[in-house]
Amino acid sequence: MCLAIPGQVVKLMEDQIALIDYGGTRREANVMYVRPKLGDWVIVHAGFALQILDEEEARETLALWDEALDAFRQEMAG
Amino acid sequence: MMTGFKLRDPSVARKVLDTIRDLGQEIMVMHVCGTHQDTLVRYGLEPLLNEVGVRIRQGPGCPVCVTTGEEIELAIQLASSGKIVTSFGDIVKVPGKDRTLADIRSNGGDVRVVYSPDDALRIARENPDREVVFLGIGFETTAPTTSSLLLGDRTPHNLSILSYHRVVPPALKFIAQAGEVRLDGLIEPGHVSMVIGEEPYRFLSADHRIPQVIAGFEPLDLLMACLEIARQKAEGRAELRNMYGRVVKPEGNLAARKAMEETFEPCDVKWRGFPVIPGSGLAISERYDDHDARSRFQDELDEFLGLEIPEPEGCRCGDVLRGLIEPTDCPLFGDVCGPNHPIGPCMVSREGSCNILHRWGRNPV
Ligand code: SF4
Repeated sequence: MCLAIPGQVVKLMEDQIALIDYGGTRREANVMYVRPKLGDWVIVHAGFALQILDEEEARETLALWDEALDAFRQEMAG
Repeated sequence: MMTGFKLRDPSVARKVLDTIRDLGQEIMVMHVCGTHQDTLVRYGLEPLLNEVGVRIRQGPGCPVCVTTGEEIELAIQLASSGKIVTSFGDIVKVPGKDRTLADIRSNGGDVRVVYSPDDALRIARENPDREVVFLGIGFETTAPTTSSLLLGDRTPHNLSILSYHRVVPPALKFIAQAGEVRLDGLIEPGHVSMVIGEEPYRFLSADHRIPQVIAGFEPLDLLMACLEIARQKAEGRAELRNMYGRVVKPEGNLAARKAMEETFEPCDVKWRGFPVIPGSGLAISERYDDHDARSRFQDELDEFLGLEIPEPEGCRCGDVLRGLIEPTDCPLFGDVCGPNHPIGPCMVSREGSCNILHRWGRNPV
């Protein structure tokens, strides 16, 4: 029930409803709390989109962590 | 999923684990989220973390599990007296006094499992002559979805809400103050956090000196969170770090927070396994009293209020929820209690530690 999953907005409809694609499965979600644009990734929980996923940040996370890890390990070794 | 694969990169995972080992800390970490537990168990992260000095436990992070028998009994009463009771899935399988909502349904009661509060709204509109009750269960991730039923002028006259919503920070405060479990760090639930933001957790680091990380749900999210906690511990720091910035904004979701403030007011409520925790519940705000099932059906419910319902015999859910034991410490785990024949709610709910462990076993995939 607390499972919130990311999906992509493929269609904006009336009454703050959007059609969301979850890797092939499509389902409507209420977007009254986020107002996404077409193509945005949103986190949907209990039929409501509750946040827009920041793609830029998502893409950078791993690279940044990997870098930070290396730096930290060097610091520890030194 | 776009980010999924990379955040499972085994070589980075190995590097994180080695770094934790090199820090040489023995730490006990708590998280409060079924989805975190799912990632930890499904990917076999727990034994790997144990090897490098990190023990990790799910506390009261399963909304169905912490809902009390008394609360479930109230819903059962409403369903037995001819109302349509709508609810998310798992709770219908947890007993109140001596039966479950599913039992009521098998005996002709109208209990309907819904996917979204919007479904309850639709059911109420389609049945204008019937009373429809929505069972509001869940933390801050779910509460705003329930709020939506009350906002604006879209609430059908025949729809009411039985709110068992709970909020996470007061429960964490209780655990920190009780001091029953060693708490070297907290991993905060990413999806609750996407709604409430960073601020509500800060006191736990400031006043209770607990390192905290807001984390996502990929294996590397959780490993990095443990590393951050080990590092803070080693350096004698206690801070809140948001490592799920791709979803959690510092202020959370303002619109959702506002909706919650408008429709709920904090109340004191008992959690299964715990005593009453001050300010940890969300009652329907007075201005929406007409749609509060507790007020609307007060006469019917009064005699069941304060009902003490004993836990199933031998079940140690309470200790699991307090983070005192592992599911495998319960003698009933496995043969006697399993997902197809659950004894306690921690085995019923897919977010319960017992269920998750039984489902995935201890083997990494
Ligand atoms: S294994 Fe079953 S009986 Fe034991 S604590 Fe978990 S739910 Fe309760």
